[in-house]
Amino acid sequence: MPALVPVRVRVTALLLLLLPLPALVASGAAGGTVGIPGSSPAAAEEHRNHGGGGYRVVQWEWTYVQTPYVIAVWLLVASVAKILFHLSQRFTTVVPESCLLILLGLALGGLVLLANEKQLYQLEPALFFLFLLPTIVGDAGYFMPARLFFDNLGAILTYAVAGTLWNAFCTGFALHAASLVGLIDRRVEAGLMDFLLFGALISAVDPVAVLAVFEEVHVNDMLFIIVFGESLLNDAVTVVLYKVYISFVEVGVENVQTADYFKGIASFLVVSVGGTLVGLVFAVLLSFITRFTKKVRIIEPLFVFLMVYLAYLTAELFSLSAILSMTFCGIGANKYVEANISQKSRTTVKYTMKTLASIAETLIFIFLGISAVDKSKWAWDTGLVACTLVFIFIFRAAGVVGQTWVLNRFRLVPLEKIDQVVMSYGGLRGAVAFALVVLLDGKRVKAKDYFVATTIVVVFFTVMFQGLTIKPLVKWLKVPRSTSRKPTINEEIHERAFDHILTAVEDIAGLQGYHHWRDKWEQFDKNHLSKLLLRKSVYRKSELWENNEKFNCSESARRSKYQLRMLRPVGGSVVPGTHGACARPPPGSLFARSFRRENGSGVCLDLQVIDNVPGGKVEEDMETHHFLAENLYKPRRRQYQSHYSRHFMPAGEKERQDREVFQRNMKSRMETFKSARHKRHKKERALKKVGRGGEGASSSRPSGRKMRPLALKRRASERSYPFASLRFSLASQGLEAVAASSQEVIGCVREHAYGNQAAHAQIRLERACVSSWVCAPCGQHSFQTTCVLRHVPVFDLKEFQNKTGKHD
Amino acid sequence: MGSRASTLLREEEIEEIKKETGFSHSQITRLYSRFTSLDKGENGTLSREDFQRIPELAINPLGDRIINAFFPEGEDQVNFRGFMRTLAHFRPIEDSEKNKNTSTSEPLNSRTNKLLFAFRLYDLDRDDKISRDELLQVLRMMVGVNISDEQLGSIADRTIQEADTNGDSSISFNEFIKVLEKVDVEQKMSIRFLH
Repeated sequence: MPALVPVRVRVTALLLLLLPLPALVASGAAGGTVGIPGSSPAAAEEHRNHGGGGYRVVQWEWTYVQTPYVIAVWLLVASVAKILFHLSQRFTTVVPESCLLILLGLALGGLVLLANEKQLYQLEPALFFLFLLPTIVGDAGYFMPARLFFDNLGAILTYAVAGTLWNAFCTGFALHAASLVGLIDRRVEAGLMDFLLFGALISAVDPVAVLAVFEEVHVNDMLFIIVFGESLLNDAVTVVLYKVYISFVEVGVENVQTADYFKGIASFLVVSVGGTLVGLVFAVLLSFITRFTKKVRIIEPLFVFLMVYLAYLTAELFSLSAILSMTFCGIGANKYVEANISQKSRTTVKYTMKTLASIAETLIFIFLGISAVDKSKWAWDTGLVACTLVFIFIFRAAGVVGQTWVLNRFRLVPLEKIDQVVMSYGGLRGAVAFALVVLLDGKRVKAKDYFVATTIVVVFFTVMFQGLTIKPLVKWLKVPRSTSRKPTINEEIHERAFDHILTAVEDIAGLQGYHHWRDKWEQFDKNHLSKLLLRKSVYRKSELWENNEKFNCSESARRSKYQLRMLRPVGGSVVPGTHGACARPPPGSLFARSFRRENGSGVCLDLQVIDNVPGGKVEEDMETHHFLAENLYKPRRRQYQSHYSRHFMPAGEKERQDREVFQRNMKSRMETFKSARHKRHKKERALKKVGRGGEGASSSRPSGRKMRPLALKRRASERSYPFASLRFSLASQGLEAVAASSQEVIGCVREHAYGNQAAHAQIRLERACVSSWVCAPCGQHSFQTTCVLRHVPVFDLKEFQNKTGKHD
Repeated sequence: MGSRASTLLREEEIEEIKKETGFSHSQITRLYSRFTSLDKGENGTLSREDFQRIPELAINPLGDRIINAFFPEGEDQVNFRGFMRTLAHFRPIEDSEKNKNTSTSEPLNSRTNKLLFAFRLYDLDRDDKISRDELLQVLRMMVGVNISDEQLGSIADRTIQEADTNGDSSISFNEFIKVLEKVDVEQKMSIRFLH
């Protein structure tokens, strides 16, 4: 009989049954002790005075382990819940995880309530603000794509400050008007100030909810960063408004003076700027500390977590904006920390942050569900709830449209209508609003219970209803724009070619804004900050790299031979994504932070990409379309980069594509170069025969020498490292040419880089650097396909001696 | 950035380029500063290596072909005029231009000229026909390494079959235009040049 029921269902059923048990146990046990507060010391006493009662083999040590046990059990419940959800693939694509978690919370809350007649657990604001929220914000801030963020900073700030203020005031006034008109019942005793206060806390877009929902809807990077950035930066506004109104409410409406309004504005500036400064100070500290952690690698991740968390707490200490502080700490420190710490530490930091953030998010939603069930904490008023829902939606939409209209006059990439829809629909409220409303003082704000109920409803509505429907909504909005008929093969191929062409032309034309300030910043960064905050070895590598570049550039200006000119593309584009400009590569380029280019033209959904393979009448057609869709290289504009995905760490699909294309391009460039050089060589030989002279002799020897090592090298390296061979040959040619120009090449430092980050360096004491290399630190003979090789010639004996000393 | 660009680019030149390509004054100045930043040799022209130094082009499947498109037939250097002329193909078609009748020569960014640009990328030998080999070459560039030649060949055959109307197993420019008539070329081959 059991065999008839599939395994999956059985497992699910079992887990579902088991799930509430820990909660019940915990609550039962806790209820047991909570109900009798005085019992624990008494029980302890009893234990100790157990002299005559005999020895107990097993004892019930609940009070001893109570707190950590309960915490661990809740974390376990949250994690098992996540497993359960992902058992059904179909389900998870439709319903966002946050919804399921809230529902689970509701169920669990109901169970606990039934078991105990009262609610034991709920979302405590202190727990939320001190532990759960920093985890999520820290993760978001640390992995925030800095360039995209700052490119859109204008829009983000506008929405965060102006938008939130607009929402807060309009909602407050509108609710007050509604209560005057009578839509809101008299029992809700709230004056103008109370409504303004409520408006302030309900109007802030919530980062947790935005992250949770937008992760399911794949919008393009720019849109995501605007909404998410707004949700982070509006914290300052929310904090100030909240505090100001609380103080107004306490003092009483009559006693508010105009000076207080100005104080409010001043406090906004202090809070926001102060918070940012605190964050930046900690960022500098963190980067500086990681500079010296070479001997204590194992605790490097700990520094990262500690400093980021301290940034948050310090800002809280001074009642500045803690979220801003943490965000900017993360953004500021990321670049230098990632350069300084070891690869393993990087992985540890990434995984730990994602784990903690994921669990914190889960806990938040579960507790939101649980807290909703506790009737004693809230009071229902239909009018208030309905009005609030309507008002926040209307004012958000109006605000977004208005601000976008203004912004589009100044923006380089305008925000389309569909972007505006996504932005207004995606303005989700979440746990922050709930925590703030619970923090209200019930005695001062008489309508607190009504507010709590309304907030719960609003949060549930936005997270669940809007979360559920945003995906279909966007899909529906997108579909009429694109043709619904089947694209022909020609169209598919040529459209893809167009995309590639456009991407290339955009890169050639250099269509990125803010050049001037970015250049200035990068100069400052290179000259001062990097010296201070990057490890000496790391900084020197980037310096050496630059010297190489400079040398090549100046040499080529003087000489007009092919050899060095071919070296430049190697130098410039060896690591895909570096800023190959000859004049001033930013020091971060060494670690190849891949550019995230803005994709401003319309919402890009990966749904769209899937939709491109429509149902065809002919089987073969379908197959071809499918084949093409899967195998054609994707242009950069269409790609969805999931920065914040907590579920999947995307494998190097893009890297694979980049590598293949790069290899091909280099090969073809090499071919053209060789054929051109061969022709030129022939010409030179012919010329030499005609006119002898010292010139002819000296010019032929270097080229002669060049031929041999090139051939040798190709054979040796192409044998086993096809990817490496290209660079080798080109680079050694450059070396030879350099040697020919009477500079002594003492040796070469071969940098062995994993993926995008330089990890090891190895020295070889040979001139031509022909034979195979062994990487000393990691002892590898062959190079992994993720390795990128660079050939960095060293010209100075002293420098060389310095470099041999340092192997990292 | 500002001073150097404007001294080296004279007003008359800007006017000429404006007339020829349709770019605005600020766009031209901006693109000129981009041109000079690419021009490492500082001799007023760009060579292929200057383009190849742009790292993103190295990971673009059609990167090298597009670089070639900037250089006129057989030459190795391109000056600013040539640079702008090529970029002009990608200017978006403004509504005001759509209604202009083509009494004068067509503007560089007309639909036909955009398609001609793409066509020339495929058609390397400039015989106004995309042969099966040329198509295969382009497909090979755009597709991953694990696709066999036979598969690619069959796709190329189907592509030609779909487009070819006069039965010469190659795609002429008119056939190319016809097969892409439903595609919104104006949008797909246009870049917003910042102003």
